[in-house]
Amino acid sequence: MTALARHQPPLLRRAGVRLGLRYAVAVALTAIFVFPVYWLFIISFKTPDEIFAFPPVWYPESLQLANYAVLFKDGDAVTVGNSLILAGVSTVIAMVLGTMGAYSLVRFRTGGEHLAVWIISQRMMPPIAIVFPIFLLYVFLGWVDTYQGLIILYTAFSLPYVIWMMRGYIEDIPIELEESALVDGCTRWQVLWKVVFPMARSGLFATAVFTFVFAWNDFLFALVLTRTEVTTYTVQVTHYFGGQSNFWAKIAAMSVLGTVPVFFTVATLQRYLVRSISMGAVKG
Amino acid sequence: MTDTATFDGNGHRALAGRQPDWSFRYWIIAPAILLMLAIGLFPLIYALIVSFQGLTMLDNDTSFQGFANYAQLFKDLRLWQSLAHTLLITVIALPVELVLGLAMAYLFLERLPGRQLFVSLLVMPCVISPIVAGATWRLMFDNRYGPINQILGWFAGHPVPALWTVNPKLVYPAIVFCEIWQWTPFMFLILLAALSNVDKSQLEAAEIDGAGFWRVFRRIVLPAIWPVMAVALLIRGLDLVRIFDIIWALTSGGPGTMTETISIYTYVQGFRQFEVSYTAAMAFLVIVILTVIVIAVIRRTGLVK
Repeated sequence: MTALARHQPPLLRRAGVRLGLRYAVAVALTAIFVFPVYWLFIISFKTPDEIFAFPPVWYPESLQLANYAVLFKDGDAVTVGNSLILAGVSTVIAMVLGTMGAYSLVRFRTGGEHLAVWIISQRMMPPIAIVFPIFLLYVFLGWVDTYQGLIILYTAFSLPYVIWMMRGYIEDIPIELEESALVDGCTRWQVLWKVVFPMARSGLFATAVFTFVFAWNDFLFALVLTRTEVTTYTVQVTHYFGGQSNFWAKIAAMSVLGTVPVFFTVATLQRYLVRSISMGAVKG
Repeated sequence: MTDTATFDGNGHRALAGRQPDWSFRYWIIAPAILLMLAIGLFPLIYALIVSFQGLTMLDNDTSFQGFANYAQLFKDLRLWQSLAHTLLITVIALPVELVLGLAMAYLFLERLPGRQLFVSLLVMPCVISPIVAGATWRLMFDNRYGPINQILGWFAGHPVPALWTVNPKLVYPAIVFCEIWQWTPFMFLILLAALSNVDKSQLEAAEIDGAGFWRVFRRIVLPAIWPVMAVALLIRGLDLVRIFDIIWALTSGGPGTMTETISIYTYVQGFRQFEVSYTAAMAFLVIVILTVIVIAVIRRTGLVK
């Protein structure tokens, strides 16, 4: 980010006027992009009268928590917990299996370029094409509406990305560290757990955040493969849609409940991104 | 990536030489590959078999039907319309996202007070789940209680009762607008990073030579940011041809079947009509089409993957 700030304007002329104009455009653009988010959040704090007021109420008199209270009382808020379990567990598994696989690709050249290309091509698979056969398979296995069903699916879908990203991070680890660990009598498994994983941790965290957000945002798989037990929050939001009458307060409150964790997660990503950049600089 | 060969060469000899434990390399990659095969390959083989049968919700017909389902695909007008809808959304949204994202990246490239705050706020839409983005715009576009019609009314001078998610003339603008709102920030972020990595001394030299903005952009900036831009376009293009969530939230494919994309139509056939064998054949068609597009794009852009 410091590199961005240091960039000098090469074509800048009439600095004051230009800066003022750019500032005005920046404020207008940001307002346009942020307003829908503001609207979603603010609806969740409105009373029914304020939601269905004409003309619309641009900001509520007071922030009501009643819309959230309903979600918790009815047990609908549990779906956020389901999303958390599914995304969290699948991310951990994908990170462990994917990093191990990436290590094999990088340090042992397992399968050569062909295997690496096959793995990345798995990422091109359109979910809609895969979800129907998966559904038939899961009906056969009795895995529809189970945690393991979606966790395995999310893990498998994240693996190509994790392997691809971790390949780059592992290549950056000085091989001498692994060699000296082997000389000191570590087994290869110990080298993997005690040298590779800790050394790649900033890359692990950054990759994990993207993996988590992918599973968290998923709607199609959850729509097809859940019923009542492991409903995710994305599916729950659509339960409030109606032809003529939408449950606006519930749509907004549930959306906010599902959005806040992601905002937090991305805040985490920024920290680790900065750290990984500085680590790369120090290592040099 | 260019020096991987030498690096790996060294690494391989150094690590493998000391303790030639050949099984280890397979043990650590086996779980990942088995899982990807189980989810990626096995269901495809199963679907391939099913696509040659006659399974429907009512009929458990597993006899060999030849290419009947595939022949049916070519006669299915609704399928080709859904492909056209998908293409329409993609060819409108993708260039707009690119150009707008690039313009925004230029806007924030130079020093601007509070830039970090602006960027953090602008990135918010692409962090939200797509289904929530669709739900948000469903609320925004509401004909009576939504703010869009209200704001349009200020400019028009009279109340605007536009039915954004129902009126055949307005559904596509609504969908494309939502899509652009959510994903332009993604383009913006990537292009901002790419632009700030462009060699400054080259830009200054071009300025001294008196080259205009477009000339500098075409000759220096575009070649420099192209690899990053191509990847961003590929990612967004792939996501656009799979588009499902936003449309599901906004219109569910309606009015009628007007906004049905290939993903929505496949879903309807599979999980509403339960045409098992036919959906399996359709899934294969989707895979073939997407594979062709991806290969063509990768070839054309010269991306080495």
